[in-house]
Amino acid sequence: MTERHLVALPPERPRDPSEAATRVVEDVLADLDGAHRGVVVDSPPGAGKSTLVVRAAAHLAAAGERLMIVAQTNEQVDDLIDRIAGRHPEVTLGRLSASGYVPSERVLAHPAVRVAQKADDLAEHTVVIATGAKWATLAEGSWPWAIVDEAYQMRSDLLLRIAGRFERALFVGDPGQLDPFSTVEVERWAGLSWDPMRSAVSVLLAHNPELPVHRLPVSWRLPASAAPVVSDAFYPFTGFRAGTREGERRLEFQARGMGTTYDLALEEAAATGWALYELPARHTLRTDAEAVRATAALAVRLLQRGPVAHSEQGSAPVGADRVAIGAAHRDQVTAIRAALGPHGAGITVDTANRLQGREYDVTVVLHPLSGRRDATAFHLESGRLCVLASRHRHACVVVARAGIPELLDAHPSTEPVRLGVPVKFPDGWEANQSVLAHLARHRVQAD
Amino acid sequence: MSVLSSLARLRAASTGAAEPLATVRHCHLVDAPLVLVPLKLSGEAAAPLAVMLGAAPDDATLLVVPQPRNRDLRFAFAADLAKLVLNHIETSHGSVEELPPGKEGEERIRYGNAPQLLVPNRGGVAFLRLLGRSTRFRGTEGPYAVDPAVPVLGRWLTWFAERHDHPGSSLLHAMTELLRLHWATGQSSLEDGNLAALLGWIDPPDGLDGPSAAARAEDPVACPPAGPTTDPSFDNEVLAPAIAAYHESHGDPRALERLRAAVHGQVAPTWELMWRAVGVLRALPEGASVPGRWERDRDAFTYYHQTFGEAYPQARRDPPVRAARRLHDLERAQDAYDAQRAFDDPLVMAEHRLSGQAFGGLVTECEPDRLDETGKRPKLRPLLRIGTEDPVRLDPGTVVCNAARPALKGRIVEFDGGGVLLELTGGMGRRLTAEPGTVPGVGERVCFTSLSEGSWGAARFPDREDTPWTHGGPPAEYVPTDEDAEEDWS
Amino acid sequence: MTETAPDLDRLRGDAPPRNHDARTIAALTANPGCARRGLMDAAGVDKDAVARHLGFPAPFGQSQFAITRGNAFEAQVKADGCAELLTLLRERLGLDVAEVAYDDLEVVAGNEGRELRHTRTRRLLARALETGEGTLFDHPLLRLEIAGRLAYLEPDVIAFQVRGRLHVIEIKSFAVVDGQAEPEQVAAAARQSAVYVLALRRLAAELGHDPGRVSHEVFLVCPENFSNRPTATPLDVRPQLAVLERQLARLTRVDAILEALPGDLVFEPGDALAESVRAVEARYAPECMAGCEMALFCRDEARACGATGALGRSIRDDLGGVDTIATALALADGSLHPSDDLAETAAQLRAAARLRDEALLAARGGAA
Repeated sequence: MTERHLVALPPERPRDPSEAATRVVEDVLADLDGAHRGVVVDSPPGAGKSTLVVRAAAHLAAAGERLMIVAQTNEQVDDLIDRIAGRHPEVTLGRLSASGYVPSERVLAHPAVRVAQKADDLAEHTVVIATGAKWATLAEGSWPWAIVDEAYQMRSDLLLRIAGRFERALFVGDPGQLDPFSTVEVERWAGLSWDPMRSAVSVLLAHNPELPVHRLPVSWRLPASAAPVVSDAFYPFTGFRAGTREGERRLEFQARGMGTTYDLALEEAAATGWALYELPARHTLRTDAEAVRATAALAVRLLQRGPVAHSEQGSAPVGADRVAIGAAHRDQVTAIRAALGPHGAGITVDTANRLQGREYDVTVVLHPLSGRRDATAFHLESGRLCVLASRHRHACVVVARAGIPELLDAHPSTEPVRLGVPVKFPDGWEANQSVLAHLARHRVQAD
Repeated sequence: MSVLSSLARLRAASTGAAEPLATVRHCHLVDAPLVLVPLKLSGEAAAPLAVMLGAAPDDATLLVVPQPRNRDLRFAFAADLAKLVLNHIETSHGSVEELPPGKEGEERIRYGNAPQLLVPNRGGVAFLRLLGRSTRFRGTEGPYAVDPAVPVLGRWLTWFAERHDHPGSSLLHAMTELLRLHWATGQSSLEDGNLAALLGWIDPPDGLDGPSAAARAEDPVACPPAGPTTDPSFDNEVLAPAIAAYHESHGDPRALERLRAAVHGQVAPTWELMWRAVGVLRALPEGASVPGRWERDRDAFTYYHQTFGEAYPQARRDPPVRAARRLHDLERAQDAYDAQRAFDDPLVMAEHRLSGQAFGGLVTECEPDRLDETGKRPKLRPLLRIGTEDPVRLDPGTVVCNAARPALKGRIVEFDGGGVLLELTGGMGRRLTAEPGTVPGVGERVCFTSLSEGSWGAARFPDREDTPWTHGGPPAEYVPTDEDAEEDWS
Repeated sequence: MTETAPDLDRLRGDAPPRNHDARTIAALTANPGCARRGLMDAAGVDKDAVARHLGFPAPFGQSQFAITRGNAFEAQVKADGCAELLTLLRERLGLDVAEVAYDDLEVVAGNEGRELRHTRTRRLLARALETGEGTLFDHPLLRLEIAGRLAYLEPDVIAFQVRGRLHVIEIKSFAVVDGQAEPEQVAAAARQSAVYVLALRRLAAELGHDPGRVSHEVFLVCPENFSNRPTATPLDVRPQLAVLERQLARLTRVDAILEALPGDLVFEPGDALAESVRAVEARYAPECMAGCEMALFCRDEARACGATGALGRSIRDDLGGVDTIATALALADGSLHPSDDLAETAAQLRAAARLRDEALLAARGGAA
């Protein structure tokens, strides 16, 4: 999780979430027409980041500006292409990619989008999109504008390599997600304002403190049951609210339960938006078979119950493609995938890292601290839990062994402190406590 | 830490002897490394108290600062140290190898050898780094002039410390790190920081086992700490009176000799340990990619040595482009080093097999002549089924290579309970039949892994003067100032 | 005072309570899961004396060179009414310190009584908070309630008032080289400073002021590079404050630990001391060696029963629920049939053992 900067609150906050969000977007677009060299937009989970990127791209394109878009993964690039091409067919769009890239169906669906390996081939295109890694291979070329998506997940050393390609830029991202990391010792640069390990936004603002920073104030993804929980735990100084009211989203099951603890947990989640499926306290391996089994079984049971999601977008059955399972470690993901079996086909299972930016109706989460005897910095990283607890539109079921509060209480607080490094908020330890305190009210104990 | 190395620790704890974590040596060892055992004055950042150094066990030189708070004595020490270290550097580069000319036709050479520095522990590396930092900016003229060798030493020490950060480099090693890379003890990693205790588990003195040798090592009287921090009781009971006596005697040689003898007693045991550790490491056969990495070290040394005269002392902190470039180099080196160690050493590869990133077993089925004829042209795509008990965690489609011959590449087709089906894609020659011996036959024991050595390409970075506005724009070029040269060292 | 105090008092026998200082209070957060340490600290037991008596003296000697250096540096920073310090605050941190008053609260008219000194600290700080009078308050004597007992804190710090806020200034003699210092030392300083900030905040609240007027921003004064020249660095201690507040609130759990112990338990020198100490469960980890006087005793105990935790926290965690080395090895070689709980750990250990042995055999040229 990245350090926070202060965001000036608008003088008066419109009560209607839609109006509040619209106002921020208008402010952002107005800033793009201004003289700022850069504009930053903080976007909490599901606050319409992609929509903003699409609008800003169209806005700049309409003003006759050539524009480059930087995303972090090929997946994200393809998502953006699909959205921009779908909504603004008039914009000429090019995708810059590495030689091994095979266009996805989402890209092939828009035959007007040109895929090329060399920037020269896209010189005539108004908007060119690529991953940060691809942009960094370019030695020349310059665009008047750039939009940098997921800018908090981008390491500042990558920004350094591509910043020469644009004159002005809009940086959009979620400050609450996972911090960039490295496999080597990085202490050498601690405290430097250009520390390559800091996020792109952090370094940008350290050197350009006068740039305007906006914050999207409404999460359209998170339901009213989740927005305050996630906001309080992970965005203590820059809160946001839900776009929908209590009761506006409902999850119903077409099939009746059989009174098993799985059913009880799912019913609790459907009724309140949260459930904690608690297994007996025990120290285990990471791939705790019982917890893995429960996680997979809850997801399968959910599908068997014929869930239907009612929301402001209407009513629709929740299929496997709208369900995700999240875990901290890759070996847990592998074990859960294996445990899902044929009834769970189509359910997404992934680590927090890979679930960043994704959205589902229902999620089942294997708590990172489940079964641990000691918490490590990895397990406590607040961004990890934040990603896992903020992917859902309707409900989130957390699977954990009992005893996590005790584990947190026993956690030795001896983290080294480096001079000049801004303090990170929230502290992972506190964020974990906060989420657990909430989950405790939605506890269903396994038999 | 993996379960595999945890298991090694458990076994060591139960048998009382260290367990191997490697079957080959993963570092280069030169014939005559320069061993340094430095001590600093407690409570100071980098005030040297003494260093014992030399390139052979029976050729130790002890340098002592008789009054560590005296600035002149400190710089005299630095000058003495500089002469010894610089002499070692100059006499260590061996023959000059001519390389094919570079892209722009420039001449390229590589020294046949390079100096290697060994210190007892990470603290020793940190001390050399700080000593380098405190001496490299010194002026050799003007009011605070020091011996010309002093700033040269500072730059070399800084350079060695930076190479130490470089994964896989062998130019400067901390002995505890080297030993821990090759053995697991029955104590915690914290206790492994004590060289005497660590070596006690690996190669205990006669009549002792690991735990008793380690217990002895924790007694500062029997086993003085390996520095650079000294034992507080030694400071209070021996060193302080000896320094005071020297001070009061106004430089009496007998007082100096008593002081040197006291310090000698503190460093000599560590000196012995260092050379014993060198012997223990030398007994291991060298890993296959060690010479390649040492060649990179020699390249780095050649370059720095050749360009020394044109360069300024290293800046205090990395400017933006330098920082980003260095991070990239380190990550790339780390990636290659991790892969090379696994390819060189079945015991390291076992870690990857346990974590599911590699698998080993016997070839149970083999279709060496299979062709893929779906494309325009047929391609040689032999199929291989490998029976394995390993907990494979590689998804179908993952590219893997053969641990014994990484050029042999393949793609995972499927994995079920007892075996992996592989489609081989490269490393079998250019024809439609595989070169003899390239495709493993039925009954052969093989190991495949998703690790690869060259997964990180070189990266492009802006020039310093093109540092972008996002990073504060181009930094002022670093030019050493008088202020740097006059920095207090008190 | 709460009711816990007398119960805790009896644990010391006739010995007087050991005074808490910021270091011991900060240490409460270092291994909060350890009941042994928690109880001994809460009762004010002299752990150093207990460890010595048990034959495991704590190896926390201090070199006179370090002490001399620390004292000399502090004296230099504070010389002439903190002249050097003020220059630093003004020039390095750009603070607008207009008028300067320096109050040393260490000596109160020849009477060194703690209550009296605390009263004077209260009075001066009350005045400062009300009227803005005073700039530097050296050696304030603060109080903090620890497990129902009021502990006096003798901070070697200065409370500094600027712009209506109080800041803690902590002088440390470790060097800041090119803007960087040893992260462990900075962390220790941050934890200690957090104790002072908390005590000052409680005092402000008692005096009817907003505790927020005591800043979470501490100024750390250290020697710069290799010189004796001081440099000041702001340090945000909010994370340390949060942990400290939570751990202090938790100390009341000592009641529960106490309840489960025999009524005549006492940590007095004598033959029964070791037994008394063992009666309270420890949670030893190698990190204890860095800060707890009891560490060598606990390590010996952990090793004697073959605890996996003695090899490190991560090892214990890697082994799932297996607490002893012997069990883990028996599971690894298959001589122990695992309970359902341990089936996975056993499978993992057996796989590790197989792979290890196979690799070692291959290296010896055994298996082809």
